[in-house]
Amino acid sequence: MTPLLDIKNLWVKFPTRTGVVEAVRGISFSLGRERLGIVGESGSGKSMTGRAILRLIRPPGIIEADHISLHDQDLLSLSEAKMRAIRGQKISMVMQDPKFSLNPVMTIGAQLIEAHRLHSKSSRAEARTKAIEMLEAVSIRDPERVMKAYPHEMSGGMGQRIMIAMMLIPNPEILIADEPTSALDVSVQGQVLSIMDRLVKERGMGLIFISHDLNLVSQFCDRVLIMYAGRIVEVCDADKLHQAQHPYTRGLLGSLPRFDTPRARLDVLQRDPAWREAPSVEARP
Amino acid sequence: MTQPMTPALQIDGLNVYFGAPHESFHAVKNASFTVEKGASFGLVGESGSGKSTILKALTGLAPQWEGTMRVAGQQLGAKRDRRFYRSVQMVFQDPYASLHPRQSVDQVLSETLYLHGASNIDDRVNRLLEDVGLGSAFRFRYPHQLSGGQRQRVAIARALAPEPEILLLDEPTSALDVSVQAEILNLLSDLRAEHHLTYVMVSHDLAVVAHMCDQAAVMQNGEIVEILSIDAMRNGDARSDYTRQLLAASANRVA
Repeated sequence: MTPLLDIKNLWVKFPTRTGVVEAVRGISFSLGRERLGIVGESGSGKSMTGRAILRLIRPPGIIEADHISLHDQDLLSLSEAKMRAIRGQKISMVMQDPKFSLNPVMTIGAQLIEAHRLHSKSSRAEARTKAIEMLEAVSIRDPERVMKAYPHEMSGGMGQRIMIAMMLIPNPEILIADEPTSALDVSVQGQVLSIMDRLVKERGMGLIFISHDLNLVSQFCDRVLIMYAGRIVEVCDADKLHQAQHPYTRGLLGSLPRFDTPRARLDVLQRDPAWREAPSVEARP
Repeated sequence: MTQPMTPALQIDGLNVYFGAPHESFHAVKNASFTVEKGASFGLVGESGSGKSTILKALTGLAPQWEGTMRVAGQQLGAKRDRRFYRSVQMVFQDPYASLHPRQSVDQVLSETLYLHGASNIDDRVNRLLEDVGLGSAFRFRYPHQLSGGQRQRVAIARALAPEPEILLLDEPTSALDVSVQAEILNLLSDLRAEHHLTYVMVSHDLAVVAHMCDQAAVMQNGEIVEILSIDAMRNGDARSDYTRQLLAASANRVA
């Protein structure tokens, strides 16, 4: 199987007054038609990795890599205009909070139609039918009403489903979901995940699922990268996450309160400075 | 006959409304529960179920309420006096928003102590910082120089400053990483044992509530669906369908 996306030696750097901050430090991984999870604490570089793939890091931030190849095309060598054609059409991204990602002064319908017409030369009527179809695909019950509504009239779960609908309209090959369910309640989380799962499977897409929630990732993904201080410390199959070897992964798992087995105290993660310096694990076949 | 101990907190038939009278929103409907002294009580439910609103009504941040609320046997009126704020304190969800960005840790804590009429403020500030595991090295830092976990520790220190009996915790760890969450939850357990505190904790994370509390009320659409002990929750002895759903949704996530 040829990978959809192959990344080699990716660095993300931010020059500051007190020296260069390295947010991502030389990671390599590839993505096939699978669900790849990236987990880590805040500041581990997981979101930066997602943004770097789409070249969404603004100057003075710097993205460096040997290559970021989509099929055999190196994204780093493309012009900004060509890159815009990749974003959305080939690789799409769902952000954490729908409240900040939807335009508050446009109706949902107008935003979905705009998204469709930007990527394909279709008439308004066609775009409208397509938008309604997509809303149905993400299990929104009354799409006609939702088309006329503004984002503030939607609940968090509905907003996130609308975001997913919008991202899927151009039929991308890769979906990057950055904490797509962190702002949602547990009961709604399940719905949104199963919708995403179904769409990814039906369309044979590759999914990069960025999250800080280990349990969620272990259930939802096929493969998991664990990031620490800008590097990948461990790669494992998601269903074997609980047999993970690296002390950092073990520490994260141990610090979770468990519903079924009560404990008087939670284990606190003891950080080892050696983890920072250990070379990044390659997550390529 | 021995007198039964007065509970730390008694809430009876509490209704809370938001908005103008003609279009008011009924946020909490006829909620009743009792928290014994030294106990830890959880409020769980989805967002919008009214769990935080109960804490707001209790602290006087939601003025439109009816029903009776008693703290250590004392009935609360429309206004809270200083004694109330000395015995009941709150820790908020977002440590990035609940500390003043232009006040140092020292200012935040000294001001609280001053307002509650404490003497030897200098020693007390150092002791509070020791209590929450920060140490006096952090005393003159500003919030932007602290990590999320350290900020939450400062917020806890501020809540402990007037030596309260009841601590209201509104999602105290949901903005933090799991590793930091473990530290804060351990700290809260230690403080409860040391200072004989009573906790009321709001969380959407059942695993966190199960870890911290002895008893919890499950809320939906402003109503308390049921109150059950954590042991009953673990054994799956829920009476209402909603609780069972919630347990199932959370149990899936516990690997």
